[in-house]
Amino acid sequence: MTKPSNTLPVLQMQHIYKSYEGVKALVDVQLELYPGEVHALVGENGAGKSTLVKIIMGVIQPDSGEILFNNELVKMDNPQIAQKMGIAAIYQEASLFPDLSVAENIFLGHEPLTKVGAIDWRKMNEMAVKPLEELGIKLDVKRRVVTLTIAQMQMVEIAKALSFDAKILIMDEPTSALTSHEVADLFGIVRKLRDAGKTVLFISHRLEEVFEVADRVTVLRDGHFVETKPVKGMTREELVRAMVGRNIDNMFPKLKVKRGELVLEVKNLTKAGIFNDISFKLYKGEILGLAGLVGARRTDVATTLFGIAPADSGEVYIDGERVSINGPQKAMALGMAYVPENRQIHGLVLKSNITKNITLPVLKEFSKALIINQRKEAGRAQEMHDKLEVKSAGLDQLAQELSGGNQQKVVLAKWLSTRPHILMLDEPTRGIDVGTKAAVHELMSKLASEGIAILMISSEMPEILGMSDRVLVMCEGRLTGEFTQKEATQEKIMHAATARSLANGDTVLLKPAEKA
Amino acid sequence: MTANLKVSKKNSSTLWSRFSTLRELGIGVVTLVLIILVTFRSNAFLTVDNFRDIFMAIALTVIVACGQMMVIVIRGIDLSVGSVVGLVGMTVGMMIRDQMNFSMPLAVFIGIVLGFILGAINGLIITKGKVPPIVATLGTMSIYRGLVVVVSNGQWVDSYRIPAAFLQITRMPIFGVPALIVYAVLIAIVTAVFLKYSRTGRQIFALGSNPNAAEVAGIPTDRIKFIVFCISGTLAGFAGVLWASRFGSVVNDMGAGFELQTVAACVVGGVSVMGGAGSILGVVMGALLIGIVGNSLTISNINPFLRLTVNGFLILLAVVFDTYIYRRLGKSK
Amino acid sequence: MTSPEKKPNRLFQPLTKLFTRWEAQLFIIILLVLFFGQFLSPHFLNLNNQLENTNNFVDIGLMALAMSFIIVTGNIDLSVASNLGMSTVTMALLFQAGVPIWIAVGIGLLVGAVGGLFNGILVGVVKLPALVATLATYSLYRGIAYTMIRDLWVGNFPDQFTAIGQQNIPGTSIPNSLILFALFVVIFYIIFHRSTLGRYLFAIGQNEDACRYSGVQVDKIKILIFTISGFMAAMAGMVIVSKFGTIRADIATGYELTVITAVVLGGILTIGGVGTLPGVIISLFLVGELRLLMNLMNVKGQIQQIAFGLLLIISILMPRVINIIRSRQRTRQIQQELQKPTQING
Repeated sequence: MTKPSNTLPVLQMQHIYKSYEGVKALVDVQLELYPGEVHALVGENGAGKSTLVKIIMGVIQPDSGEILFNNELVKMDNPQIAQKMGIAAIYQEASLFPDLSVAENIFLGHEPLTKVGAIDWRKMNEMAVKPLEELGIKLDVKRRVVTLTIAQMQMVEIAKALSFDAKILIMDEPTSALTSHEVADLFGIVRKLRDAGKTVLFISHRLEEVFEVADRVTVLRDGHFVETKPVKGMTREELVRAMVGRNIDNMFPKLKVKRGELVLEVKNLTKAGIFNDISFKLYKGEILGLAGLVGARRTDVATTLFGIAPADSGEVYIDGERVSINGPQKAMALGMAYVPENRQIHGLVLKSNITKNITLPVLKEFSKALIINQRKEAGRAQEMHDKLEVKSAGLDQLAQELSGGNQQKVVLAKWLSTRPHILMLDEPTRGIDVGTKAAVHELMSKLASEGIAILMISSEMPEILGMSDRVLVMCEGRLTGEFTQKEATQEKIMHAATARSLANGDTVLLKPAEKA
Repeated sequence: MTANLKVSKKNSSTLWSRFSTLRELGIGVVTLVLIILVTFRSNAFLTVDNFRDIFMAIALTVIVACGQMMVIVIRGIDLSVGSVVGLVGMTVGMMIRDQMNFSMPLAVFIGIVLGFILGAINGLIITKGKVPPIVATLGTMSIYRGLVVVVSNGQWVDSYRIPAAFLQITRMPIFGVPALIVYAVLIAIVTAVFLKYSRTGRQIFALGSNPNAAEVAGIPTDRIKFIVFCISGTLAGFAGVLWASRFGSVVNDMGAGFELQTVAACVVGGVSVMGGAGSILGVVMGALLIGIVGNSLTISNINPFLRLTVNGFLILLAVVFDTYIYRRLGKSK
Repeated sequence: MTSPEKKPNRLFQPLTKLFTRWEAQLFIIILLVLFFGQFLSPHFLNLNNQLENTNNFVDIGLMALAMSFIIVTGNIDLSVASNLGMSTVTMALLFQAGVPIWIAVGIGLLVGAVGGLFNGILVGVVKLPALVATLATYSLYRGIAYTMIRDLWVGNFPDQFTAIGQQNIPGTSIPNSLILFALFVVIFYIIFHRSTLGRYLFAIGQNEDACRYSGVQVDKIKILIFTISGFMAAMAGMVIVSKFGTIRADIATGYELTVITAVVLGGILTIGGVGTLPGVIISLFLVGELRLLMNLMNVKGQIQQIAFGLLLIISILMPRVINIIRSRQRTRQIQQELQKPTQING
């Protein structure tokens, strides 16, 4: 099927341009959505996907270009206009009200009223059940949203969108916090929506999902429109090449490093309800990749090791000695460093300048009797800044003014200045431009060759395959696979990452044919 | 700042959904236990007269706390209500002084309008001036308190100069119950109905529950904030008139410190300081609990100065309890 | 929020770092007050009066120094005045019972610190919001003060004690209390702007999570600053008692709001992470000058409150109003530029 049979597009965007302070976010981008299709929007970070979506939602306005809704020219000046036209977004972050009930969330602003003008709670609760039932969801509509799981919250958001008679539903990375079971449920609903004539615009990094559920895919690269093609008949390599514009082979300069001694050993680390029985070894000079889908709880393992949250049971050994890590300070004293997944919330103090960010964990090194020697401090900051080739207007620049890639460099500079033996990186190249990505990978290789042990959590398959000496795979809180670099293939990792567990705790790997 | 929403673990979700009713039940149980204990210590406690005194004592707090509750729900605080009570009370007091034929409904009306204006000023400073509520109401608290002296010219109004009809506003029995208590009950009911059955009422909760989502959903956040502070001021103004009527005199520092009583009633009553949650029933019960504790201290002849201490303890207990429960159920903001 | 046209002039950088716009504005207002004040009251610019006046805000000042630490982290301490009451009442009762004055003072200071420590534990360990925790202790501590001393008062303190609040440095008109205050100003300035603790305070106010993830002992720091706040409140209380020579349970009632006003007015906003200590010092002087002027003009105490309330609100409104006006000007400028016909040859 090249184009859906109904030839009238519901949304057309043509020649869209958008710049922010000189940075070109979108250049001559086009998008065409038809009713009754699942349309994927893919591209690397920084390709312009969220900017395009924000324009569709009316949150921001394009510098130039046209938007046609049902063939009529429209101006989306604010989100309310978009909503009236039938465009709804299912956000990853909460756009629900946790203290209000499911029914209230669905009907907020247009609750059914009684004859005297008061909210008719009974009617509202009854009416709320309908859209959920149509989606095949069983939920007590009187429950407060805060009691729901993320998957259930997404269902409520979808139901809410339907209650507004949405024609286009935009889902931005909807599966990143779902278990594989919940993902299957979600895709079932997505297909139901499509069959009912709705359009689902689906943004995802997970190419497997694109192939599983989408009808057509639009690729953006560096703010430019690359192509829109039907998914059927497309190969993964084609899609990646369109996204990346280059072969991915030479992207990973991983040097062959001789593995050193055992520096970190984790035994049976368990945290009830989060992860279970995690055991692994980490050696000097190696990069241990930790793969899995989001929801595998890899970040939780890292933050537990780093002392941010305690484990319930298990043992950790550093350099052969048993340690108990009760806080980040202790972890740092033991030579650990953790570059967090969310750099803006956990990695940086955005309102502070580069110097202060870099020196925050090591201020004691520049202080005698608590007084900071600002010259020494600036010296170290400059040293790390230059070492990582941060592009900035100077050490005084505020972290929030830097691009994503440079922000990540500052975070790395900060942690490297603590001279760690064990470096844990959580999605180190997420949201970074390609050039910086390569620089980070080179840095990782260099560090490994200097004897640092690196644990790299990554959701990007090419990165896992290209950078890891060994690969661990987690799924839903348990370790489901371990491979050497030679053994590791995408399929094996993906199977381990989606392994389901039986009631008795055994792990079952999915047969290859079950996955698209 | 984006709300970092944690989701509760599945097995505690049903407990959570019952939490709010549990919270009110909790206060109810504590109150009941307290009543039983005090009745043992003193048989002057469980009498109609004594309970009428208790209700009279908390009525003004309940009235103003209904407004304070809304402010706290939208993640703000109104520190100026005590000064509003004072300013409105003094203004009305000055007006009716020696005017034995002054129309009582007019006096009340003027008080309410004045309270509304003072609350609207707060609302404007906060919505248009973008000044945080705590700072804004800190400022107006001082300003309004200062204006009391300007209005009164340093004098005060003794009871013999107040028209008898004015004193009756709070005292006259309605179906056997002192009017003040009836006002408090009516206001509580009206606010509860407003919050539960009007769209604006639900928007107030939505705004406090997730301010970012409220903006995106098209809720007129500034207008809601403005309305909430207007309501708070209006109720405080009404309370100012009633205060003068109840105590029969009007002095410069009337209402000083009152704002904290209203916040205490809310906090003990389960209104979450993180916003988005709370109920009028809880507020009433919180005020009742505080009132009973105070009353039982007096009745048992315990050091009357202990009241402040005990109030402080109550607030602490309530908040620590809430925080503990919130954390166990995994909710954080 | 970036302001693209602000390029730091390297020459003036140290100066601009110290005197950002806010502090300069406050300074200008003080100059204005000093200038116009001399016409409103001939005694205003009298040096002796000025020096004597500093005695009147040392107590607020001592508490404001500690409150700065707390507000810059995004917290607040409503209990300082009540803690002050509790500590000084303890001291007075001990003294009345025969305990030597300086030991009683020492114990009083300890009580203040313990009160602050309790706040710190509530906020740092139990993780209560500071507003509510200190609201509770606001009642609790004042209640303890009342319970201990009821409606009585204590007086007859020895001269060596009252010398602090009532005497000057021998031979000068500089009050003793001012020296005490100056000492603490130096200590707090060094900590706030030059030490690791100060750096941590700002960072916590700007992004507490990032601090935790960077190994900063956030909770311990919170406990520390609240303890300091309690200690300084007790210290301020000793100055007050020394000044008046008597003490009752309602000592310093309402002072917490003046303290908070001084800090916020000084540029340390309740959102946390911004402000300077010099700003707070300047704002204290501004408050002191205004108070002196109004006292000399015989403005009643409660009316003076109006001035301070207005000052607080205007000080926060002004920058925003200026920003709005500026951005409207900028948009108008840009629109005008866009409408200009393009010139071909300059």
